[in-house]
Amino acid sequence: MSAPQSQDAASSKLLHPEVLGDHFEGAHDADGRPLVHAEATSRPIREPVQQEPQPRGAKDRGHRPVDPVEAAGRFVTATIHEKAHDERLWDGRLRRDAAAHALPEWEAMRAIASATKEHTLAHLGQYLAQFEAAAEANGVIVHWAEDAAEHNRIVHDILRTHGAKTLIKSKSMLTDECGFRAYMKGVGIEVIETDLGERIQQLDNEEPSHITGPAIHKTRADVAKVFASTLGSDPTADDIHKLATVQRDTTRPYILAAGAGMTGCNFAVAETGTVVVCTNEGNADLSANTPPLHIVSMGIEKLVPTLAHLTVFVRLLARNAIGTPLTQYTSHFRAPRPGTQMHYVIVDNGRSARLGLAEFWTSLKCIRCAACMNTCPVYRRSGGLSYGATYSGPIGVILSPTFDRAKYSALPFVSTLNGSCTNVCPVKINIHEQIFAWRRVMAEEHRIPLAKAELMRTMGYVLAHPTLYRTAIAAADEVLRWLPHFVIENRFNTWSSKGRDTPNAPKQTFHSWWYQNRIKGGKSA
Amino acid sequence: MSSREAILTRVRLNRPRGSFDLPSVPHFALAQPEGLVQTFVRSLKKMGGRSVTVQEIGNPVAWIQKEYAPKVICSAVPQIVGNRDLSQVNRPQELADVDVAVAQALLGVAETGSVVFTEAQLQVNTLAYLAQHLVVVLNAVDIVAGVQDAYRHPAFSSAHYAVFHTGPSATADIEAVLIHGAQGVRSLTVILQE
Repeated sequence: MSAPQSQDAASSKLLHPEVLGDHFEGAHDADGRPLVHAEATSRPIREPVQQEPQPRGAKDRGHRPVDPVEAAGRFVTATIHEKAHDERLWDGRLRRDAAAHALPEWEAMRAIASATKEHTLAHLGQYLAQFEAAAEANGVIVHWAEDAAEHNRIVHDILRTHGAKTLIKSKSMLTDECGFRAYMKGVGIEVIETDLGERIQQLDNEEPSHITGPAIHKTRADVAKVFASTLGSDPTADDIHKLATVQRDTTRPYILAAGAGMTGCNFAVAETGTVVVCTNEGNADLSANTPPLHIVSMGIEKLVPTLAHLTVFVRLLARNAIGTPLTQYTSHFRAPRPGTQMHYVIVDNGRSARLGLAEFWTSLKCIRCAACMNTCPVYRRSGGLSYGATYSGPIGVILSPTFDRAKYSALPFVSTLNGSCTNVCPVKINIHEQIFAWRRVMAEEHRIPLAKAELMRTMGYVLAHPTLYRTAIAAADEVLRWLPHFVIENRFNTWSSKGRDTPNAPKQTFHSWWYQNRIKGGKSA
Repeated sequence: MSSREAILTRVRLNRPRGSFDLPSVPHFALAQPEGLVQTFVRSLKKMGGRSVTVQEIGNPVAWIQKEYAPKVICSAVPQIVGNRDLSQVNRPQELADVDVAVAQALLGVAETGSVVFTEAQLQVNTLAYLAQHLVVVLNAVDIVAGVQDAYRHPAFSSAHYAVFHTGPSATADIEAVLIHGAQGVRSLTVILQE
């Protein structure tokens, strides 16, 4: 049977043809053509049938530096996971390009989105006050949290006042940032994630590995194993439709019984006091509309001034994230339903301090589309959990050090600085330049990883002494050509890592070639 | 100092230097050579939704019976009478056993294939999420060209709740395989009325 072609099938070849599936397993339209929306790929991508244990993320060592290279090394070694991951994310990039190229106003919209965010951040006090006043006029109760601990405490207080013991919630990177689920577990409140990917990660005790596809690093076998051990399903039943049904059927009773619901916030409109949430599953609408209490967690940077400006962001977000004109649901919460309460918890947690960092404040423009992750060659082949941070990929590299410089000191070095992230950013954040600027900060603060620092010190000395340099290069080339692979590819050679070989050494240095052919040989250039 | 004061003071203190003017947003016209209705139908299909016309289906209730063989039909549209009276529903959770929900759309959006609802159309908001299937009545005259046009509707400044539905509830969170009916409705069908 030949593979039916998707109506949007990308024409370019697969990066890893061995993971091309023979048919689409997902939903089709009435004419039997495979559909490409939500986070679905435009080509069937399937791992070979043999199983492979899921590579786990970077080890958490408290405030000591995360070692992303060690974790990425394990991800790359798990070739089944790595290739499918690489392929699916690259497909996301291609879908994004198709959606962007279909709109003649795309670049104009990026420019407006970027300028709107910069204006709003530069006048944030004014817009926060306007948003608060509008929300209160709509009957919403507004809270302010300086940090993660205060956010968790405020939400706990609200739940306690209402006697709510169970909270259903939609996906929110901010609550991940706040360690919200762990806190609630400690105070005896049951939190149920309703997004499929986030629920998988909750049940498996992992952080989301990707902003829009939290479990995209897992195979169906990994998910079947998680559901078997936590939800009691059959571990060998790994049909994806059945796995999704297991989650739907086990989550629905919580949705109906929960005392409170929580959502994140994609955009907050200052002029109307509205919070906008985008999902594909409709789980934010269920979380907000079913229980008698709706709590919104939002960062201070989520504001846009007017509904007219909101249109630009709504039209950019899903196209840039997953290549569809909108997510399945774009939901606007402005005022509570009669007889219920709505609360906004407006969280700083380091954002106002970041606003004062001349080189890094524009990272606050981020709308969490994850396009920079999809396009990044390092991210695609390392997996999000290798970064050991709530925010991974290029955006995580520039956000994470603002939370903990020591812990995330190695992250600015896991980048090729190719600038692809900057090119696809819908709000024009100069991500790769900020990554480079963070390297400088880490160097100035002596936070460069040990092996790399030693190498740089040696290089600095050798580069400052031309004769020594020429001798060293000639000797190194000679040695490199004869050394066995295992000696070269080791952890002290920071050029080399699993999946990136040290290039073959030339037979002759440029300097000796020049001497031989241009000077000694007497030929004029 | 309260957290509110501390945060507002810091964002003013750390205000980025430079002048950052608020850009105006022009109206971006949508290319729609096929006309609004055809563009809407094509966009909706790509997002996993389906459309039928009143002419095609005849009596809507009979068509729903034949199409879904439902036990419970709950309708927020006066002309389509189901067997669950929405006005008697006291709690949002009571709609959990609905097989087919029926609601009138406030707007349709050709650019995206979306339909727009507020609490005025849904009466009980969970109607559009707890049901297994959603049938939407949309008047062709209510279709606007783009998302920007939809946001000009006063409902976005006055409704407590407003939502774009663009096809059914969907997820591709496992291996990027597309599933319809993630947490919400398994299908969304629009009945177009001239």
